[in-house]
Amino acid sequence: MDVVPNTLKGFGVTLRQVFRKPITQQYPEYLRPVYPRFRGRHRLHLHENGLEKCVGCSLCAAACPADCIRVVADENTAENRVSAGERYARIYEINMSRCIFCGYCELACPFDAITLGNDYEISEYNRDDLIYTKDMLLAEPQKKIPVADRDLYDTPIPYYKAHS
Amino acid sequence: MTHLTEQWWVALIEAVIVVNLVMVAFAYTTWLERKALGRMQLRYGPNRAGPFGLLQPIADLIKLVRKEAFFPASSHDLLYISAPILSCFTALLAFAVIPYGPGWTVDGYYINGEIANLPISLILIFALGSIGVYGFIVGGWASDSKFAMLGSMRTCAQLVSYEVALALSVFGVVLMGRSLSLVDIVDRQQATLWFFIPQFIGLCIFLLAGTAETSRPPFDLPEADTELVAGYHTEYSGMRWGLFQTAEYINLIVLSALAVTLFFGGWEFPGVPSLDRFGPIWFLLKLGALVTAFIWLRASQPRLRYDQLMRFGWKILLPLATVNALVTALIVVWVG
Repeated sequence: MDVVPNTLKGFGVTLRQVFRKPITQQYPEYLRPVYPRFRGRHRLHLHENGLEKCVGCSLCAAACPADCIRVVADENTAENRVSAGERYARIYEINMSRCIFCGYCELACPFDAITLGNDYEISEYNRDDLIYTKDMLLAEPQKKIPVADRDLYDTPIPYYKAHS
Repeated sequence: MTHLTEQWWVALIEAVIVVNLVMVAFAYTTWLERKALGRMQLRYGPNRAGPFGLLQPIADLIKLVRKEAFFPASSHDLLYISAPILSCFTALLAFAVIPYGPGWTVDGYYINGEIANLPISLILIFALGSIGVYGFIVGGWASDSKFAMLGSMRTCAQLVSYEVALALSVFGVVLMGRSLSLVDIVDRQQATLWFFIPQFIGLCIFLLAGTAETSRPPFDLPEADTELVAGYHTEYSGMRWGLFQTAEYINLIVLSALAVTLFFGGWEFPGVPSLDRFGPIWFLLKLGALVTAFIWLRASQPRLRYDQLMRFGWKILLPLATVNALVTALIVVWVG
């Protein structure tokens, strides 16, 4: 007849939790720091002199397994110099509704022109709004997403083993 | 205690107030349940709508009313629509006979401490509960879905099994109170002592069988989410589903109110007769404590297996309730 004490023990377990602080993270107010190598929304980068790093080679589009990148290249001219190379990307579009955030575009790029940032709040009410143009990708992200300290992860013991 | 006559329109106003108060109590029982369950699982529970999520029940109501009232093409329309109404109606009606105060005289008009003082009010509550079960069974059957059908069958089997133990468990209280009227039982407890002391076994059986009657966890087999999607209300949505939820929660409140009335002296404040005129406050406090206990039970215990449920009902609760009733009867006859 240890049914009754065992049943009562269950009540004790739940009652104890009432006096502890909930572990819920209050999301819109509190943004959890992302992993340093987190793969979020893409960014296109510029050189220090203001020229675009992208030369419109379409290697990212070729590497993309989801086929979500569209690049249309054009020649740089003396009057209209956009990038540091011979050619530049006249159209650079990423369809975020198809992107799987694998980071292959980043690996394929010979000039480090495209990288995956840490912005993950990219929901939209309209599918058309998920097609990001070159201007959107070049602009600074509107919301600052906190990034976790790199030293936290670069340890001899893996993070998940040290913090469990 | 003398019962003065009450004007019919006073009773009508009283009834309207009590029905609305019960609906508010239902709304905030859902809030309390979500909040308490959340804290017991290291979550916050609803905290977005209003301070401490206090407007959450209202937001839920608006959402349910605006939702499409869908029903399956092969359902039996009339039964499908009337089932939740029946359940909700009988659940609300049970509050008509539960006493919540000693009665007051305001401006020469006498106000009863209950809406209707019937000599057989306890039987009425059990009868209404039995009719309300039809809503759950018919609703599941009329929606023509296998999960709802299985849920209905389980409701049938479970409620029939536990109704016997529930009715027998209050037998001792009826014998000690020498009446089937809830008003007389409360008066009797004031004259002697609260019945949860002499009828402790009866109280335990009443609460366990009552949990099964309201099909709350750990006896929630009729709507076991992991097995039956949602049991008898699988095919319901919108406010029709909301009415089933209303019926379930009001059944819980009625059960708690009945336990307070039968075992914890109703609206009486222990030992201080001058505080008795604030009866509704003490009644609500006791009610809140019992409802919280039911929520705590839900958070703590896992669901029973079907054979365990049947074995517990027929082999433990029923014999125990019978022995309790017999022993109480013997003592009452013996002592006088």
